[in-house]
Amino acid sequence: MVEHKEIDDVSGVETTGHEWDGIKELNSPMPRWWLGILYASIVWSIGYWIVYPAIPLVDSYTTGLFGYSSRAEVASEMDSVREAQAGHIAELRSASLEQIRTNPDLLEFALAGGRSAFNVNCSQCHGSGAQGFSGYPNLNDDEWLWGGTLDEIQYTIAHGARNEMDDDAHLSDMPAFLTDEILSREEIADTTQYVLQLSGGEYDAGAALQGAAIYDEQCAACHAEDGAGDNELGAPALNNAIWLYGGSAKAIAETISNSRSGVMPAWGGILDDVTVKQLAIYVHSLGGGQ
Amino acid sequence: MYFITMLLLGLGALLGLFLSSRAVDSVIAFHGWMLVAFCVGFIFWMLRRGDNTGGPANPDSVVNYNDAVVRVGVVLSVFWGVVGFLVGLVIALQLAYPALNFDLPWTSFGRLRPLHTSAVIFAFGGNVLIMTSMHVVQRTCRARIAGGWAPWFVLLGYNLFIVIAASGYVLGVTQSKEYAEPEWYADIWLTLVWVAYLLVFLGTLWRRKEPHIYVANWFYLAFIATVAMLHIINNLAMPVSFFGAKSYIVWAGVQDALIQWWYAHNAVGFFLTAGFLGIMYYYVPKQADRPIYSYRLSIVHFWSLIFLYIWAGPHHLLYTALPDWAQTLGMTFSIMLWMPSWGGMINGLMTLSGAWDKLRTDPILRLLTISLAFYGMSTFEGPLMAIKTVNALSHYTDWTIGHVHSGALGWVGMVSFGAIYYMTPLVFNRKQLYSLRLVSVHFWLATIGIVLYAAAMWVSGILQGLMWRAYDSLGFLEYSFAETVEAMFPFYVIRALGGGLFVIGSWVMAYNVYRTARGHVRTERPYLAASEYAQA
Repeated sequence: MVEHKEIDDVSGVETTGHEWDGIKELNSPMPRWWLGILYASIVWSIGYWIVYPAIPLVDSYTTGLFGYSSRAEVASEMDSVREAQAGHIAELRSASLEQIRTNPDLLEFALAGGRSAFNVNCSQCHGSGAQGFSGYPNLNDDEWLWGGTLDEIQYTIAHGARNEMDDDAHLSDMPAFLTDEILSREEIADTTQYVLQLSGGEYDAGAALQGAAIYDEQCAACHAEDGAGDNELGAPALNNAIWLYGGSAKAIAETISNSRSGVMPAWGGILDDVTVKQLAIYVHSLGGGQ
Repeated sequence: MYFITMLLLGLGALLGLFLSSRAVDSVIAFHGWMLVAFCVGFIFWMLRRGDNTGGPANPDSVVNYNDAVVRVGVVLSVFWGVVGFLVGLVIALQLAYPALNFDLPWTSFGRLRPLHTSAVIFAFGGNVLIMTSMHVVQRTCRARIAGGWAPWFVLLGYNLFIVIAASGYVLGVTQSKEYAEPEWYADIWLTLVWVAYLLVFLGTLWRRKEPHIYVANWFYLAFIATVAMLHIINNLAMPVSFFGAKSYIVWAGVQDALIQWWYAHNAVGFFLTAGFLGIMYYYVPKQADRPIYSYRLSIVHFWSLIFLYIWAGPHHLLYTALPDWAQTLGMTFSIMLWMPSWGGMINGLMTLSGAWDKLRTDPILRLLTISLAFYGMSTFEGPLMAIKTVNALSHYTDWTIGHVHSGALGWVGMVSFGAIYYMTPLVFNRKQLYSLRLVSVHFWLATIGIVLYAAAMWVSGILQGLMWRAYDSLGFLEYSFAETVEAMFPFYVIRALGGGLFVIGSWVMAYNVYRTARGHVRTERPYLAASEYAQA
């Protein structure tokens, strides 16, 4: 093919004389602003390589004018946060929970730290608003399994319940009355009606009467005769409408038959003492602290 | 050539039989049978057609082009586009409404997400690249495509790879490398297909009747050659058993991460950028009927793009275990990449000078033009997000998802749609498309869909990044992770809405392509140029 240069009518620019399937090319110069920015970005990059770590060497690399390192940068950011918090943290470490609760400045700090630690560590089970889910207690009310004083809450957080992490974890298991063959299905059904009566729900009077005798014999030792429960044993109160696993006859019968045993980790082995303290203060403040 | 192809297919069938008979897991047995079915089917098809490997769509064509293989590629592209976009919509809805996982392993987000990315990038994008490159290289070389049956092996073999990969994902087979999930045996098959592709392309360039190689072919060749290198190095693996699906990658730790992102970033660079620039360089001047704006710009931006892109991968690993010097290089090469990327946009948009009025009357040109606008926007956003301080906010957030989709839907999708609409009448030998008005409907559905999608993800990404890093005045984290997830909900719904519009647009295109293939022409108000309006 003979190269045939021509002038494009629209732009007045000469073509290169090449043609493919009807496509021609203009011989326009590169836009100056385009070339300018390209050169500027190259010059800027070379400058950046001088200032920051950039060039790999045999067994090291150029560290740049200021010896910048991203690890050092994050370490110094973390240090400055720690430094700002150090005063409060030291005070929290030596203060008792009651002292923290009555010192407005310390309390504000502990609540903020407790809320943050709760969001990261506790909200997965207890919910972002500490509202709980089936099997995971609501922490906003004044109903407690293992006690609602500051010290009791701190103990529960630090040691947890029914875990294998901590020898001092809360322990206590309710028998599985059906699987362990302690009660028959009929007896469990009767007991269920009595538990419903205790909690103020609707119940079958005849069955509940039968159930009352079984309750006194089998359940009252832990849950108390009036159904008030026992925080020492982690036995929930049955004389209110608050239920951890549901309050329907079916759910209660299921609990009596097969037992329940929720597990909570021992946070004392995971978080430092000050964080556990902050969590205790925060959980206590949610509404039901005693 | 005929007998060599036949022999290779026979060997492939035996290998499939061997794999299935000794398979240690059911997936590889299934895939072995798939290979047998493919090879045997191919052999029977060849026997039936003899030496007829396809001719030009237009019987009056002077050159004996193979338009038959391109025609099948057009159909496959449309099919995979519809499938890939739809799976994307499903997983977008799953993020807003997790119940749509249906508690089934096969439909869970973890398996459908790679199905979506592979279906849109490799199935849709790959078919578009293969079929347009086969069209463009023939036309710009004025030569029939090389290799006899080889182009068919490339196109159909590539689609077998896609089916193996996709069915593997749904059945839980993955090597857990992003955009490189298929296991070792699928990777080996793709390598064979890709080498054949490279040879077919080079062979066609070799027999060209034009003195020079057109710029579109430089981009296609860079795409084919680089993807081969990326694919092989990133996927080096040791199978647990040669009769089982599972393998282990030879790279480990931060080296693995660096090689993975060198691969993935250049899949964007050479697959989704260079390859589709090849499409742009042919279809924009053809549709606009104008010369390319600047030959010199095409040379300089081609070589600078090719040279700089390959080093920018580490910007995916800023603030990680990657050494600082490598992070610096990833960031600075990304900044230097800004203008080389924009060179393609300038050359495309300036090619329209003298033809801007056609945008009013030609919805296909409108698709091609807006693709360049989205290309320019996302290749500005990319270097911006590679700056360390910006990346500290944007990394791991939905902003990245928005960025990817403004590039993928806006640039790759729109330029592909333009090319498909250009080629459909041509490869089916029809005078015109079934309906230009429906092209316009598709244009608006897709454009509004992308705007909703990208805007939702920008807002949600920045919100997410700000919430993650928020500290209160006493130095404690402000939000729990679950709270940041909750805040994303409205944006996920808007994103799904935008994606839904884009999906509907693809159905409109499939319908239009189908009616065009059947030779139908819709009775509709024609597009009139301004001068014709005056007369009407």
